Amino acid sequence: MSYSRIKEKIYKWIFTILAFSSLFFLVGIVIVLFKEGIPIFKEVGFLKFMLGRKWYPTHTPPEFGVMPLILGSIWVTIGASLVCIPLGVGSALYLNEIATFRQRQFLKPVIELLASIPSVVYGFFGLVVVTPFLQKLFNLPTGLTALNASLILGVMATPTVCSISEDALSYVPRSFREASFAVGANRWQTLTQVVIPAAGSGISTGIILGMSRAIGETMTVLMVAGGAAVIPHTFLEPVRPMTSAIAAEMGEAPMGGSHYHALFAIALILFLITFLFNIIAEVISRRFRVKLGLSG
Amino acid sequence: MKRLAILMSTAIIGLSAAVTPCFAEKIVMTGSTTVLPIAQKTAEVFMDENPGMDISVRGGGSSVGITALIDGTCDIADSSRPIKEVEIQKADANGRDPVAHIVALDGIAVVINKSNPISKLSKKQVKDIFIGKISDWSQLGGTPGKIVVVSRDTSSGTFEAFGELVMEKEKVIPAALMQASNQAVAQIVSQTPQAIGYVGLGFMSSDLKAVEIDGVMPSKDTVLSGKYSVTRPLFMYSNGKPQGAVKEYLDFVKSKKGQELVETQGYVGLK
Repeated sequence: MSYSRIKEKIYKWIFTILAFSSLFFLVGIVIVLFKEGIPIFKEVGFLKFMLGRKWYPTHTPPEFGVMPLILGSIWVTIGASLVCIPLGVGSALYLNEIATFRQRQFLKPVIELLASIPSVVYGFFGLVVVTPFLQKLFNLPTGLTALNASLILGVMATPTVCSISEDALSYVPRSFREASFAVGANRWQTLTQVVIPAAGSGISTGIILGMSRAIGETMTVLMVAGGAAVIPHTFLEPVRPMTSAIAAEMGEAPMGGSHYHALFAIALILFLITFLFNIIAEVISRRFRVKLGLSG
Repeated sequence: MKRLAILMSTAIIGLSAAVTPCFAEKIVMTGSTTVLPIAQKTAEVFMDENPGMDISVRGGGSSVGITALIDGTCDIADSSRPIKEVEIQKADANGRDPVAHIVALDGIAVVINKSNPISKLSKKQVKDIFIGKISDWSQLGGTPGKIVVVSRDTSSGTFEAFGELVMEKEKVIPAALMQASNQAVAQIVSQTPQAIGYVGLGFMSSDLKAVEIDGVMPSKDTVLSGKYSVTRPLFMYSNGKPQGAVKEYLDFVKSKKGQELVETQGYVGLK
């Protein structure tokens, strides 16, 4: 065999290994999550774990009810969506439909820059600026609330929603708009009845990925959500999302104990939720590409 | 082909250089974030005085440290709580033998916002606040307003010590704001007028107001004399009886000079 053939083979193998390493990591993580998480279901009982309302992992006897943590995550994720959907989709529509070339050139990188701010910086901003502000505004005993976390997570998820929605809008073929204008529709009608429906699944993908970003975010919620493991009744109460419980408690949970397994079980729940989000996003975006006649 | 051969031989030489043991004696230390300032300061000075020594210090939490000691990935585990029964069993199964060394004392100060007029509480009152029996400052003669309870996370060493010393095994109200670090508690209490929390004495600052507990103000003197009752020991665990570099370092920490360094970090020395 010639030198270049060998070289080619080596490169081929190197890149094959690199490509499959992600799969290897994924499978490894899933195995560990199941292996370390399942024991708690055996110990406490699946339903009691999932529906329990009290989280006292280190008390004697301990209580492992993750309901407040799951609800905490769901509340802040819903709250964040209420912020990031209008912001993200609105910006995308502006960028795609209204902005001039120069505005686009300026705004798009700025919005994407939001994504590059480290989450601990967002958290710090929330703690030092937003918290006292909310405290005064609503006259609350504390500003560390689900609302605070939602606002900040919403801003953090905006770039994801915006850039995917913007891509989706730009994929809508020119002919769609031209056809619409040709039958006498104005700009608004074209936008709401042709462009948005055509890009709808792409926009949905962006929204779901944004939500998945919000539910998985850890550092920010650890700093601004308050961390109280209560079932929330309003957005003005503190919550303890799953991610912050894991981050705060894992370092001190005795290895191999019930608390340790319980935290892995929470991680497993979280993983399954984001996994589901990502599958939904993938399915929708595939349908979108087919609908627009792009590669399936 | 020749280039490839050269490349491979360089890689092999590089690898063998990396695994050659260096001459410095190395100690790996990991564990409690509460003990971390002590570990860092003492390790720094100890390395200055003994140039052949190389100590790497990491945080992570008491359990992280003890787990690492059990797994044999560290030489010294820092811990703000005594080792637990399950951990001793694990260590036995791994053929490891954690030995405790008390390196400092830490008082836990109950802190409130500076604007709060309250200055004294009894231990019983503090407990009632943290279990939710007392929920408004007016019940304690203060300015009316809902009490915002700020606590350390249930798995932190500080929480455990507070639980044992003050809470008498009762549960903190679920509505308490559970925070991951002493700094977070300090930050929240300093910006929330109605808050109450607790921090290690090393984390006291002028932004916080400590309250007298049963008539005793937390301070180095009252902690050392035993008058201030919310006090706990801080540990370093070695594997078996300390030997060699580990022994030298631990002896240094326990020495007069080491204990002076402990004091500079805001903790209470043993002597």
